[in-house]
Amino acid sequence: MSRPEHKAPPEIFYNEEEARKYTSNSRIQSVQAEMSLRALELLNLPEDETCFLLDIGCGSGLSGEILDEEGHIWIGLDISPSMLQIALDREIEGDLFLQDVGQGMGFRPGTFDGAISISALQWLCNADQQSHNPKARLVRFFSTLYASLRRGARAVFQFYPENDDQCELIMNAAMRCGFEGGLVVDYPNSKKAKKYYLCLFAGQIPGGQKQQIPQALGEGEEEPTDVIYSNQRFEKRKQRKSVKNRDWVLHKKEVARTRGKKDVPSDSKYTGRKRRPKF
Amino acid sequence: MRLVAHNMLQCHVKGCNSNNFPLQLSNVEIEIQETDFNPMFLRNILPKLEWNALVKTALQINITTLPNVLPDTSTDDLDDEFLKMLHRVLLETHIQQGKMICPNCNHVYAIKDGIPNMLLNENET
Ligand SMILES: C[S@@+](CC[C@H](N)C(=O)[O-])C[C@H]1O[C@@H](n2cnc3c(N)ncnc32)[C@H](O)[C@@H]1O
Ligand SMILES: [Zn+2]
Repeated sequence: MSRPEHKAPPEIFYNEEEARKYTSNSRIQSVQAEMSLRALELLNLPEDETCFLLDIGCGSGLSGEILDEEGHIWIGLDISPSMLQIALDREIEGDLFLQDVGQGMGFRPGTFDGAISISALQWLCNADQQSHNPKARLVRFFSTLYASLRRGARAVFQFYPENDDQCELIMNAAMRCGFEGGLVVDYPNSKKAKKYYLCLFAGQIPGGQKQQIPQALGEGEEEPTDVIYSNQRFEKRKQRKSVKNRDWVLHKKEVARTRGKKDVPSDSKYTGRKRRPKF
Repeated sequence: MRLVAHNMLQCHVKGCNSNNFPLQLSNVEIEIQETDFNPMFLRNILPKLEWNALVKTALQINITTLPNVLPDTSTDDLDDEFLKMLHRVLLETHIQQGKMICPNCNHVYAIKDGIPNMLLNENET
């Protein structure tokens, strides 16, 4: 299998046409959604809280969309203008930044409650320009990411490692910058469903329990049973998908109220509507 | 870019480590995009805000609704009116076009269609 990151730099590979093809492919849509949900689960956020999250290599928003659906507020970074343009066209909720994360980022210390990155990290291991030194770029990336996370927050990267050396290069850079954690390999025995999640902790939660590397899914299984991998999880996702309609919002508010939550916004004719008036 | 993001953002040019926040707005176009009110998120983000910078930035774009001093966030009873006003400023006020300039190194970050260009030149990394 030829690896996209060997073909061209990301901002060139993901040109207008490729960005459009990528985003409209329904198989890609569901795989990215699935992995984003899993990454979010691995973030281990406090239940029922709206968090401030970062999506690294957010592309056209297939991963960020899941953060929207789960009710979080997020910022997405990507180096490809074409991917970002599609994200704009699709009216996703997150703030978008045109950014090469190998140059580091400038968020104030402790900004984010967590970070996800879906199918992007392997791109950082390339030297696309003569001046690029992957190791130095990874260290710059991880050190500025570490600073931008709240103490004890996690960063979870689903990625496609090229080989063991690449894994080691990435891990070493992350550990050097203060991260703890390790690799979670879901369905390790399945050719199709095997997925790598680098699960990093920006230190420990003050006063909290020591963070452990999460348990992988489907260890010891040949192939994932349909129930676990596609059906059940995909069904869940389909329910979530309706978030943008009014009924879903009303339902969610109702649930929150019956759980005894204060602060649930009152329903209005605007509930669940997309609104962008100008002034 | 919403103002909440601007309040979290400092210059990331290599070596530019002090006096690099907040990035100064210049020639900006603002747009209001309404979104659902979420008091829970506001309570989460309040302690992370740099209030003085927020007030200063808001004034630059003629938003005068913010008090100079942040009300006590440790008590739970921040009133709804305050939170709604904050919601409007932080999450519904978008910078659509213009520039952000680092007060320290003068790097200019352009904003186009709401997307800030954070790419650096080679000699800045
Ligand atoms: C396979 S896409 C995934 C996009 C999105 N996360 C999703 O799940 O659909 C990989 C993305 O990583 C981005 N990327 C690659 N290298 C990058 C870099 N150095 N900085 C920022 N983004 C990068 C690419 O532009 C591309 O949009
Ligand atoms: Zn600067």
